[in-house]
Amino acid sequence: MSTTHVRNVRPYGEDPTDLYVRDGVLVDHVDDPDQVVDADGLIALPGLVDLHTHLREPGGEEAETVATGSAAAALGGYTAVFAMPNTNPTQDSPVVVEHVWRRGREVGLVDVHPVGAVTVGLGGERLAEMGMMAASAAGVRMFSDDGRCVNDPLLMRRALEYARSLDAVVAQHAEDHRLTVGAQAHEGPVAARLGLTGWPATAEESIVARDAMLAAAAGARLHVCHLSTAGSVEVLRWARETLLPGTTATVSAEVTPHHLLLTDTAAEDYDPVHKVNPPLRPEADTRALRRALADGVIDCVATDHAPHAVEAKDCEWSQARPGMLGLQTALSVVTATMVTTGLLDWRGVARVCSEVPAAIAGLSDQGRPLTAGEPANLVLVDPDARWTVRGADLASIADNTPYEGMELPASVVHTMLRGRWTVQDGKVMTHE
Amino acid sequence: MTDATGIGLRHLLSTEGLRREQAEALLDTAASMEQALTGRAVRKLPTLRGRTVVTLFYENSTRTRVSFEVAGKWMSADTINVSASGSSVGKGESLRDTAATLAAAGADAIVVRHPASGAPHRIAGWLDRVGHSHTDGHVAVINAGDGTHEHPTQALLDAATLRRRLGADLVGRRVAIVGDVLHSRVARSNAHLLATLGAEVTLVAPPTLLPAGVDAWPVTVTHDLDGHLATGPDAVMMLRVQAERMHGGFFPSAREYAVRFGLSQRRADTLPDHAVVLHPGPAVRGMEIASSVADSDRAAIAEQVTAGVHVRMAVLYHLLAGEDVA
Repeated sequence: MSTTHVRNVRPYGEDPTDLYVRDGVLVDHVDDPDQVVDADGLIALPGLVDLHTHLREPGGEEAETVATGSAAAALGGYTAVFAMPNTNPTQDSPVVVEHVWRRGREVGLVDVHPVGAVTVGLGGERLAEMGMMAASAAGVRMFSDDGRCVNDPLLMRRALEYARSLDAVVAQHAEDHRLTVGAQAHEGPVAARLGLTGWPATAEESIVARDAMLAAAAGARLHVCHLSTAGSVEVLRWARETLLPGTTATVSAEVTPHHLLLTDTAAEDYDPVHKVNPPLRPEADTRALRRALADGVIDCVATDHAPHAVEAKDCEWSQARPGMLGLQTALSVVTATMVTTGLLDWRGVARVCSEVPAAIAGLSDQGRPLTAGEPANLVLVDPDARWTVRGADLASIADNTPYEGMELPASVVHTMLRGRWTVQDGKVMTHE
Repeated sequence: MTDATGIGLRHLLSTEGLRREQAEALLDTAASMEQALTGRAVRKLPTLRGRTVVTLFYENSTRTRVSFEVAGKWMSADTINVSASGSSVGKGESLRDTAATLAAAGADAIVVRHPASGAPHRIAGWLDRVGHSHTDGHVAVINAGDGTHEHPTQALLDAATLRRRLGADLVGRRVAIVGDVLHSRVARSNAHLLATLGAEVTLVAPPTLLPAGVDAWPVTVTHDLDGHLATGPDAVMMLRVQAERMHGGFFPSAREYAVRFGLSQRRADTLPDHAVVLHPGPAVRGMEIASSVADSDRAAIAEQVTAGVHVRMAVLYHLLAGEDVA
């Protein structure tokens, strides 16, 4: 149907070569292509996959919609995103997940995979209809109460056991809510000075340890959302080395770009654009997280893209909603924290931003090698570009970026979803 | 009265970061205010005539609000009180809009009390970003207590009281702050200010009422009140324990708290003769402090209230009295 020739591109940052696409699939060669794209100096990576996105539709359209969030995703180099269920109504039934999935297809800029709620209304009391959501057109394979922890150990145990029969993964927002009553910022010297109620690292680490044990016992698949402390890294390492061998269980974990770059001192001006859950941690944690991502203890990067209307942020710190935009800045922040520091090469970036998240979510058509016969999901990156972040210029309706005014390396130039450009020269190619 | 109003202070948001010469200038001015008013039949200085001071209180407070209001009136400022229950605040107006409205309506200074830590910082940030024609583009924000963060004028009035009792130089003076440090804005402001003034501060509290990270403060910490009192501190500042903390699991019972951390007559008797007892009020008598101690000559509770007016006059003076004011 259509053919594309991408000339002189560097797959994974390696030697320049040419890529050919025919009818949405990478092929060895195309004669007389419909389109030739000169990619001198650009790096090709498999399209990025985000396991943790808040698209806010339905119910939060003043901050983001499937359309605007999809545009932000494409501009960030993503070809698949997982939309968290804390919408209104909650994505806890087949009808809601199918609605989100259909909207994603209509917009067509990125594959939108709705995440199903673990419990009805994220209430933490009884299981949502996970099997019905899995069997729906949306084909849900990831469940999470993200924003809330499945705090009840019995309920979490049953969720893991039940999900196992669906070949699904339970993504846990690891936060023992009894330890974070009123919490506003990382518990430590900065919060103590600012008079903000502390969010202790142990609230995350104890849940990670508990859930790893429950997953091991159930032979189930656990994914830890937005891992944020050095202690959680050690718990994860311990679980992998001593708990999981000999079981069918898997425990994976993601880290957000903001936890790789920003630290708890950002709260010092009380501007809630830096308020996020889990909170920004001290520098020692960011160092441990970077190292763990490089070593593979942390499996992947996920954005926790969380748009909020201006009223939810332009207020007192304690009144503000937690969360920050992330889709359009993720690759640049990963470049700044992992590539320019020498912790990851571009193959490593492809691994943590595309291949591994696709595998965790069980996607067979994303995060694939850049070789003939594979789906043509691509992002072309200019590694030498530098750009200054302006929230107002981002595609999201909300503009709550913590990187406002910051100059970041690397920019997404083109994004391709199954052979069709969703972004060209940094501009969205809207089809809807 | 001092004629040097410029001490490089645009707002008073915290005592942390206040330089020693700024703190001493404020305290010296407070002392001058006290002298200027002593023996006057009519307690009115013309200093802030034509200036408007708005108190914006999102929490109930009698003493702090009245203190600021009296301070403003004694310097001839127009003072206006806005409270959370009696204004558009109750209708859900945002803090930003409320602050902008007060600035646009002609406030030269906004005195804020708010349950959210950092709320005065937010207001100062918002107001600094827009011009205000009536004040050369500046509206001063004064923190009258924000959440569990700071209460800088309380610390200044405590320091002023200590200077009256112990002498103007607080270098090397040993001050114990006893009680619920975790939730206390008074403790935070005092720890920083007293350290800046050269005093040695010791926090005395059960571990559950100390914030994680307190070791980064310029203080020493102990859980043993009797042990610390035996070292003969120059001053003991008792913090309020709020009713909701008593049932929050921070300590087993009010009775046990009183036994371990209350300033009983027996404990007060172990103090050196010159030692001062402070309490920011309102005190829970019998729990934090025995009535006999609160009413003794050692206690400076009433002096603290009086010093509060002078200190707040000094703060308004340094923040508001520009060159165009006589």
